[in-house]
Amino acid sequence: MRLSNFGVLEEAINNIDNTIKLNIYKKMYRSRKFEEGVIESVECKQIKSAVYLSIGQESIAAAIIEALGNKHYVFTQHRCHSTFLSLGGNILKIRDELLGLPTGSSNGKGGSNCLQIHENGINMFGHHGFIGENLPQAVGACFGSNKPTLCFLGDGAIEEDYIYPSIGFAVTHKLPIIIICEDNDLSILTKTEDRRSWDVSEVMKSFGIPSVNMADDPWSIYEKISGLFANTDGPIFLNIKTCRIKWHAGIGADKMHEWDRFSIVKEELLSLGLGSQLTVIEEEVNKEMDIVWDKKTLQQLLKK
Amino acid sequence: MGQKNLATTIKEITRNHLENCNGLLLGQSISAVGWVNNTVPDCKGIVELPMTDVAGAGIAVGTAIVGRRPIFVIRFQDFLILNGSQLIFYAAKVKELHNQPAPIFIRAIGTEGIGPCHSGNLHNIFMHFPGFNVFAPITSKEYEQTWDAFMNDNKPMMCSEHRDTFTNCEEIEDILVEDAEITVCAISVTRLEAQQAVKTLHGENVKCSFVNIFKLKPFSLKEEIVDIIKSSKHILVVDTGHEISGAAQAIAYEIGKKINKFVHILGVEDKTKCICEPYQNRYPDSEKIITKINNIIKGDYTCQKE
Repeated sequence: MRLSNFGVLEEAINNIDNTIKLNIYKKMYRSRKFEEGVIESVECKQIKSAVYLSIGQESIAAAIIEALGNKHYVFTQHRCHSTFLSLGGNILKIRDELLGLPTGSSNGKGGSNCLQIHENGINMFGHHGFIGENLPQAVGACFGSNKPTLCFLGDGAIEEDYIYPSIGFAVTHKLPIIIICEDNDLSILTKTEDRRSWDVSEVMKSFGIPSVNMADDPWSIYEKISGLFANTDGPIFLNIKTCRIKWHAGIGADKMHEWDRFSIVKEELLSLGLGSQLTVIEEEVNKEMDIVWDKKTLQQLLKK
Repeated sequence: MGQKNLATTIKEITRNHLENCNGLLLGQSISAVGWVNNTVPDCKGIVELPMTDVAGAGIAVGTAIVGRRPIFVIRFQDFLILNGSQLIFYAAKVKELHNQPAPIFIRAIGTEGIGPCHSGNLHNIFMHFPGFNVFAPITSKEYEQTWDAFMNDNKPMMCSEHRDTFTNCEEIEDILVEDAEITVCAISVTRLEAQQAVKTLHGENVKCSFVNIFKLKPFSLKEEIVDIIKSSKHILVVDTGHEISGAAQAIAYEIGKKINKFVHILGVEDKTKCICEPYQNRYPDSEKIITKINNIIKGDYTCQKE
């Protein structure tokens, strides 16, 4: 079911401390503004390689990273800008990576769908474009290190055959891995209803994995993930229904998205009387983005 | 007491890695069916991957990412086609792209005569893709060198093995003859056949040199060997894989470039390797190598069915 309140815990927003709510909002706002900067830079041809924008999907990484911190190994899918930023990855390095500069997070070699960063306690492994490849790798890394691991993938990737034996291995070895399906209902442009009749969260239940199927309400994600973690010693699966606002790749849009979680969250926080705090956050982030996306600076960087 | 065979060397290296170096050994049916031709020890650190190859290879690569330096056993090289995606697109590229290595030791085992999807020798594919070292050791000393190269580097190592060499106890020396009629450079198990062929031809007073090639990528030749090859009238490279676009062709090109001379090749015919005897399309044996050499010397280079 594709509804913005699907599976949402109505009381979650009230159970969460305001500081946490504002932290999540800041992560979302920062991702949104960063992506708007990417779009402008693509439009003026400063970014020339393909971009895979997180716009619309920001709440998932924001809530999960706010709940869990950055102590995990993190394996991202191709749409990973918001994960990179929510983890606290260096914003100038992601910008420069998209610009193809040697000062980028992977020296300008990887690009948008392949971000990777290992500094300041962050261990985020990039995706090389072979869809769903990161889940077996994440399971292997978790097995090899016994370190808590997060793996993000999309609803197209979750249909790949190599996903399920990897999950079976994680279950068998009771690995501390959280698998997050960022379910935007689209495999490029093919809707789920045209691809399969089965529900992935039901499949996960058959593995005996604690499983959640819900919309991308960050308060519910935060509460669910905190609760699930306390009660299990093996893999956890979250299917989170979300909306990709832009194309699979590039900055265009088909206006197929059913909701924009960022707008909903902002309305919710305003209705809680947190408007002045939001203004402070927005001014701070806007100032940062003015510096990050300053056109003259970019021109100079690209001239070098 | 004789020298230990290659299988024993592999087993000893593996045991030390698993018991003393926090290593892992992963693969499908590796702790059964003869423990991979008696090359796998019964000790801790062995992980069965009973699943689709892409998942298994991904899990092995994941353990490499976190520094376990896994040995990943692929019991038949043909299965590299299935496992290859994780190895080629991730393990081999992650160091160059992100400066984060995924050092994985891939034991890819070739064999012969057991049909269309178990008899292939595919090291050439991994020579093609960036990021791999590709060695084809057939002696204990070479295997130790291969292992040392892996442990002292962060690149994935494609170790192309061949079942027909697991009982080999001998080191194989080059036979270097100045102004030879022909120099035979051979790869993998064809080295045993080429060595035999050259000895036979010496008995017939044909001056031949024989050069072992076990490091396929990066490929290099010692100056001493280049000089011998230069002085040779003809050169032939022999490999276990298909002749067309195969390792022999690639190495022949490298040698030819170095000495500015045409280099002949001999490998497996451009046909499926079937299971029944007349159609097995096996790697060149000494008889086939001798026939090829005689035809080259006679000036008949044209026919592959020699």
